Amino acid sequence: MRIEEAKNLDLNEFLNKAKTIGQDFNILLSVADKPPTDNAVIPYLIKDNIVTTDYPTTCASKILENFISPYNATVVNKLKEAGYWIAGKTNLDEFAMGSSTENSAFGITKNPLDPTRVPGGSSGGSAAAVAAGITPFSVASDTSGSIRQPAAFCGVVGMKPTYGRVSRHGLVAMASSLDQIGPIANSTEDCAKILEIISGFDPKDATSLDGPVPNYPEEIKKDIKGVKVGVLREFFGEGIDEPVEVKVKQAIEKLQELGAEVVEISLPNVIYSLATYHIIQPAEVSANLARYDGVRYGLSAGSDDEIETIEEMYRKTRALGFGPEVKRRIMLGTYATSAGFRDAYYDRARKVAMLIKQDFDKAFKEVDVLVSPTTPTIAFKLGERVDDPVAMYKADLLTAPANIAGIPAISVPCGLVDNMPVGLQIMGPQLSESLVMRVAHNYEQSVDWREQ
Amino acid sequence: MKISKEVIEHIAKLARLDLTDAEKDLYGNQLSDILGYVNELQKLDITKVEDIGQITGLENQLATDEVVDCGIPREELLKNAPDQKDGYIKVKSVLGRET
Repeated sequence: MRIEEAKNLDLNEFLNKAKTIGQDFNILLSVADKPPTDNAVIPYLIKDNIVTTDYPTTCASKILENFISPYNATVVNKLKEAGYWIAGKTNLDEFAMGSSTENSAFGITKNPLDPTRVPGGSSGGSAAAVAAGITPFSVASDTSGSIRQPAAFCGVVGMKPTYGRVSRHGLVAMASSLDQIGPIANSTEDCAKILEIISGFDPKDATSLDGPVPNYPEEIKKDIKGVKVGVLREFFGEGIDEPVEVKVKQAIEKLQELGAEVVEISLPNVIYSLATYHIIQPAEVSANLARYDGVRYGLSAGSDDEIETIEEMYRKTRALGFGPEVKRRIMLGTYATSAGFRDAYYDRARKVAMLIKQDFDKAFKEVDVLVSPTTPTIAFKLGERVDDPVAMYKADLLTAPANIAGIPAISVPCGLVDNMPVGLQIMGPQLSESLVMRVAHNYEQSVDWREQ
Repeated sequence: MKISKEVIEHIAKLARLDLTDAEKDLYGNQLSDILGYVNELQKLDITKVEDIGQITGLENQLATDEVVDCGIPREELLKNAPDQKDGYIKVKSVLGRET
């Protein structure tokens, strides 16, 4: 479903379809009872870690199961002003931590292309919704690939903008230096339309960037003749499935046919991105999730008369409310920032992040964009990696670098392996969304990715 | 490197998380695995690197020192509070107790 087509939908039919198909794949955490009184709206679904006044925001966690936000996220207000209506909230890994949507407290989401496989994560519900045809687009969040990886696994387009391009006000904070909101849709053009609406400075987000928002839908239509495309050497070879590489290399040849100049480039520190992420992110998580203590909102163990002290209330509330992955990361982050370990872990990881950023800065002096596979493999089977956290984390091997460096990155489908989609990832320097999407759009328009 | 039960218990206390014995074992092992993975960062030379702290170059984003109404009435804001009294959020006693 494209945004254009969604303009004249019968909203009752839309909701019925969303509910039935949504149920088949366990995509939705909440959905509208009925259409809004104003019928001239375009419906969409949003990830359940972005706050809305009309639906609960659970973050797929028991600790926020009944939480209804008193305010709307900035992106929600912007889209509302532009005539879009939230029809429901989509499933995710709890607090956006995960790469398979198997960490949700409200059930796993299945990949609509193959229900024995994961849709990816943490925005599995959002990507599945677009792939299943029950929404023209979805708005989700990406901290180490949570938009791009599920988009790749589900055969749709997912865009993570430059850090600060889109306001995070109303996005439940997870790793504040890495989180970004972005669109998932069936085409780059639709992503461009939504990105144009949701981008821009917001005084309520101190990390949001000032500066004009380009007319993305116009900009992406220009050709890519002479665009210098860097093929990241470290993102091919070891650790990447060969059939996936084959499809991506084929796509890169297509870019060459379209007039791009392709060169190989090496970024030696980029391979440390995932390890760096798995120190910085848990550290920020351990701070950001301290607020879930049963005091101001959410689950509280305090009403139990057997609880004597406030500290006991905190400990029991959090033990009851958080799932295992969340607990794991809080523990890791607490450890990495605790006295005696902070230098060796957190401070070191921050400096490695700077090295990675410098690598990208150097690269973008020689090339305009960088390309790689979005993920090392196609969507894996449900249950395959749940008992091995490190194996699960490696799904983000190729997407984490863009978050560490704060740069924009998009995933577009570029072929099928074993009937499952493969994603081509395109990254650019900070604030180069127009260029990144232009390359994606030109590629997308020149092939039928299912035939590749 | 294996993380001991004592360390796990210490971290759990810092993080205000009650853990069962089974969880202490499980997380102890899993955290050890994860730390094993991230330890590859130890081999990098970071002596000349400065942490600039903000990836997009923003500095000191200050707000004007004026009171702004958030526009949301108190009752709305208190709706999610598990326990409240007289317009305040109610919690167990914080002071005057043993840690």
